Amino acid sequence: MSEVVELALALLVVVPVLGATLPLALGLLRDQVGWAVAVAVLAVEAGLAARVAYDLAIEGSRVVHVLGGETFGRKSQELSSGESTEGFAVGIELVGDPLSGLVVALVAGVSLGVLAFARRSGPRGNAFYSGYLLLTGGLMGVALTGDLFNLFVFLEISGLTTYALVASGRSAPSAVAALKYLVLGTTGASMYLIGVGYIFVRTGALNMVDVSETLAGNVEFLDTEGALYGDPLVVAAFGFIAVGLATKAAIFPLHTWQPDAYAEAPDTVTVYISALASTAAAYALARVTWFVFTPAFFDAGAANRRVLEFLLVLAATSVVVGSALAAMQPRVKRMFAYSSVAQFGLIVIGIGVAVHPAAGEQATRFAVYGVGIHLVGHAVIKSGLFATAGALSAATGARRVGEYAGLARERPFLAGGMATLGFALVGVPPTVGFIGKWYVALGAVEAEHWPLVTVIFVSTVLSLLYMARVLEKLYFAGSPDATGEPAEEIAGSPGGAGGAVAADGGDTAESITGESADSDEPVTTDGGGSASLGMMALALTAAVLTVVLGFAGSELSAVLDPVVEAVVDAAPEVNP
Amino acid sequence: MLETLANRYTYILFALLVVVGLYMVVASSNLVKKIIGLNIFQTGLFLFFVTTAFVDGGRSPVIPKEADAGAAFASPLPQVLVLTAIVVGVALTAVALALVIRIYDAYGTLEEETLREVRTDE
Repeated sequence: MSEVVELALALLVVVPVLGATLPLALGLLRDQVGWAVAVAVLAVEAGLAARVAYDLAIEGSRVVHVLGGETFGRKSQELSSGESTEGFAVGIELVGDPLSGLVVALVAGVSLGVLAFARRSGPRGNAFYSGYLLLTGGLMGVALTGDLFNLFVFLEISGLTTYALVASGRSAPSAVAALKYLVLGTTGASMYLIGVGYIFVRTGALNMVDVSETLAGNVEFLDTEGALYGDPLVVAAFGFIAVGLATKAAIFPLHTWQPDAYAEAPDTVTVYISALASTAAAYALARVTWFVFTPAFFDAGAANRRVLEFLLVLAATSVVVGSALAAMQPRVKRMFAYSSVAQFGLIVIGIGVAVHPAAGEQATRFAVYGVGIHLVGHAVIKSGLFATAGALSAATGARRVGEYAGLARERPFLAGGMATLGFALVGVPPTVGFIGKWYVALGAVEAEHWPLVTVIFVSTVLSLLYMARVLEKLYFAGSPDATGEPAEEIAGSPGGAGGAVAADGGDTAESITGESADSDEPVTTDGGGSASLGMMALALTAAVLTVVLGFAGSELSAVLDPVVEAVVDAAPEVNP
Repeated sequence: MLETLANRYTYILFALLVVVGLYMVVASSNLVKKIIGLNIFQTGLFLFFVTTAFVDGGRSPVIPKEADAGAAFASPLPQVLVLTAIVVGVALTAVALALVIRIYDAYGTLEEETLREVRTDE
């Protein structure tokens, strides 16, 4: 059975990358074929991902696929000292473990879901869907690769396509935003590559497990003696890698590309990259920090500890500054973009706390739970929020917080979705946002990092500040006369309380059954603007999912148990 | 010191190129120059990788049939890595230049300062 999964690991990367050629190739025969091709390819991808994620996350197995098979499998190597080492990885390995299983499921789910949104809103060209599929393949590669240099290549594949997709809106500001993203993103990726180069020079290995074992002094590929944790080159390598990946994850002060990119990109692209681009980088940072460097590295010397603490300080600053800037933004998309800066600060805090020397087993456990759950949770919440904002602006033209006044009465479902997602972002139970934040906070408490604990709780108050601004406008501000939109869509009931309104059936427009909401609730989909069924469905599915995932919190943390054990034991292999 | 300069000059060149490139990215206000800076930055990196593959008296890593086991060969792996990185770099430059063309079409300028002024006026 595991052979099927092993093959599926490679297919998860190969299918979207090969599929990316189809929209362009078939585009020669017919116009507008991109969307259908993307749906077909990503449906296959989702099936594969479900199978793989089931094995990895639920059954907790570790699957390795060696690209090139026997030829490039593990070899033993003769050292100049006369000894020989066993199991030197020559080729590139794709590795699936519970952590990557979660990310694989997330990437596949979001890619397929966002297509529903793209149907109406999206850039329609075939080239757009080629880029979209390529990006999916790149993100899958980031999630699955077990090789440090290969990780760089996949980061750049996903980076390149992201820049192109951000600029696919054809507006001039989006090109400026994409170029800014490109310059910063490339610099970040190159920093990462410098770090990998240093590690390669010192250890002679690129495979993550091999590097980790060499750093710990368990095996040696060059003539190295014992553990290399104190080596200045290795410490510098961690510094470069952390800076590079933090740039990609938009941690203060390297976040400046993100608000522009999110705000200027077409709505579809914003929904997609807000869910996955930074998430992939943060996942990569977690994987390298936890499993390549391992907690033992950060305990090995004063400099190592100092580097980690510097990263934690940056992450904490990111949380506070991101939230504060979000509260000041008049445009909704920019506001959510800054909120991502804060949320990824939180995730990096979790990553750092898990391996900090002061963290006991319990602190590590909570921090790992927090990172895993918040990575997935934030992706669902943030893409849901951007989808809701996109659907609202498609329906009513509102793009600023001020223009949201009284929209709850016109668009009860979307407003209800935004309220749910907003509360999830703030961290109100029983949503998944609460669980992720709670575990990160618990980890910080257990490790007795009181400044970090303070930052996390202050950030909750700050995020309440900016979400409350939106919700207050939506529900409690009067509808301004100057919206310029015909009032034909105002639903029958004046109650204005979430989903109850349209359920009265007092709507004049055609009623189409929503896929995600209860099937007997009519969803108004047409009116002054045109928020399509797919847009509504995505927004509401995300809202429902945050609550469902919130209730599934204990299952999610059970999935992450093997990851916790691997981090605690400083083992490079999860479920060896 | 002199010996370091003589034997390890490529490492110094690597550091120099990276810093010069990074400085151009940060300090230059011309968008095309920024991209050139990015390229210099990456070239420095390539130099580092190629340098690490160097073996004193080593031959190119093409092993003939009747290879003598004791001969020194340059490590092929860093060279493969650099090849991959060069391809990535070229693709990035292409995308960046395409974006620059679009920006120039829309705003008629490549200076960052002017661009900022034009955009705040809008």
